[in-house]
Amino acid sequence: MKLVKPKPEINILAGVAVSVVAILSSCTTVKEYQKNKLNDGEMTLSSRKIQKTESSFQSYREGASGANGGKTGGGCGCN
Amino acid sequence: MKKICLGVVGIVLTFFSGYAQTPQKDSATYKSRKLTFEEANLVSSYYKQDGSNAAVTGGKGSQKLNDISNTIDVKFIKWDRKNRKHSFELEVGLDHYTSASSDQVDLKANSSASHADTRIFPSVSWSMENEKNGTSIGAGLSTSTEFDYQSFGANINFSKKTNNRNGEFTAKAQAYIDKVSLIYPTELRAGGQNDEHYSTTARNSYSGSLSYSQIINQRLQLMFIADLISQKGLLSLPFYRVYFNDNSVHKENLPNTRMKIPLGFRANYFIGDKVILRSFYRFYNDDWGLTAHTLELETPVKVTPFFSIIPFYRYYKQTAVDYFASYKTHTSAEQYYTSNYDLSAFNSNFYGAGIKLTPPKGVFGIQQLNMLELRYGHYTRTNGLKSDIVSMNLKFK
Repeated sequence: MKLVKPKPEINILAGVAVSVVAILSSCTTVKEYQKNKLNDGEMTLSSRKIQKTESSFQSYREGASGANGGKTGGGCGCN
Repeated sequence: MKKICLGVVGIVLTFFSGYAQTPQKDSATYKSRKLTFEEANLVSSYYKQDGSNAAVTGGKGSQKLNDISNTIDVKFIKWDRKNRKHSFELEVGLDHYTSASSDQVDLKANSSASHADTRIFPSVSWSMENEKNGTSIGAGLSTSTEFDYQSFGANINFSKKTNNRNGEFTAKAQAYIDKVSLIYPTELRAGGQNDEHYSTTARNSYSGSLSYSQIINQRLQLMFIADLISQKGLLSLPFYRVYFNDNSVHKENLPNTRMKIPLGFRANYFIGDKVILRSFYRFYNDDWGLTAHTLELETPVKVTPFFSIIPFYRYYKQTAVDYFASYKTHTSAEQYYTSNYDLSAFNSNFYGAGIKLTPPKGVFGIQQLNMLELRYGHYTRTNGLKSDIVSMNLKFK
């Protein structure tokens, strides 16, 4: 019987899924008064405003885009 | 352009200096029903690149390009009678570039009209946050105009926090209705080389995005993002040439639909009291055969409470689309073809550093100038393209 070897992407995604389950299961409830570090400006779960042009040229010079909270269309980049 | 940048800074400073004498209210108890200024940001960037695989000349030729970009956004807030926070944001952006490859739409011209272009992209957005039940909704409109491209965008979003306020689910939908001018290489124009009557055709993009963020403990938070993007219309560019192996020249031809699936993951961790680790990973796959992985790491170091140094590194890897081949290797038997190296297989590295100043009395002693951030990055691609970018963000509060 011939064994089908899983694609590397599937292995990576499976690894990520296992890690996510492990991390989420270790969650503790953090009260508002305990969030001084989480509320720091550098802890924001998004790109910096200063990265606007960087993100724009990366989406033009590379085939992949999206999943980073930015725009997913509009603008040509045709040069 | 330097004068324009300084002029823009001057206008913004003059405009917001009017707020300097506004009496300070106790923000913990006072919630204004009037529309009040929250913050404004000016982001300016200079970008330059060079390489030798220009798509306009079939995958061979200079990719030299210079771009200056300025964006200003202004945010206002107000609370309504139900104690919901409304945020209004207005943004205007302006790009100007010169490009050696775009100049080659006409191969005989020493310098044609296409060697430079300016893009203007205004947008407005509104959001309403209900702190009591942990929900927020929002909507936005945008447009982008350049010589050969017009884009109109609209988006809506909804967020809901978990009961313990440690998790948040967000759903977002976006649509871009675009028009591409059919500017062909001069030697391929039906009406002859001097035919400058350009018709337009549609390119539309629709996307749905789901994300979930979760606080793990007092120092760690995560976010998962899943997008689905569908594009329809003319997805090739009419002035990108493709040279076949029989020496004939053609316009780039790509399928009229493309489905993209990017999946993202962010994790931010506060190490000790001065260092933060910001990370981002993205897996991307589309139905043109392109698979990509992106990994970003950034470590802001708080040298003092008001000064940070922020080194960063980004690694990117992609496979080629099914329709890519280099200069003079496509054959007439192929239905779709491109020699655009942005769609070829390559790895890229992007690294650099930034500094951030947030002095309590304002940057350079200007109270309204709340923050100054500078950032430089160097980008290299394994197929030879190199670029540099320097950016500045001024925040007024």
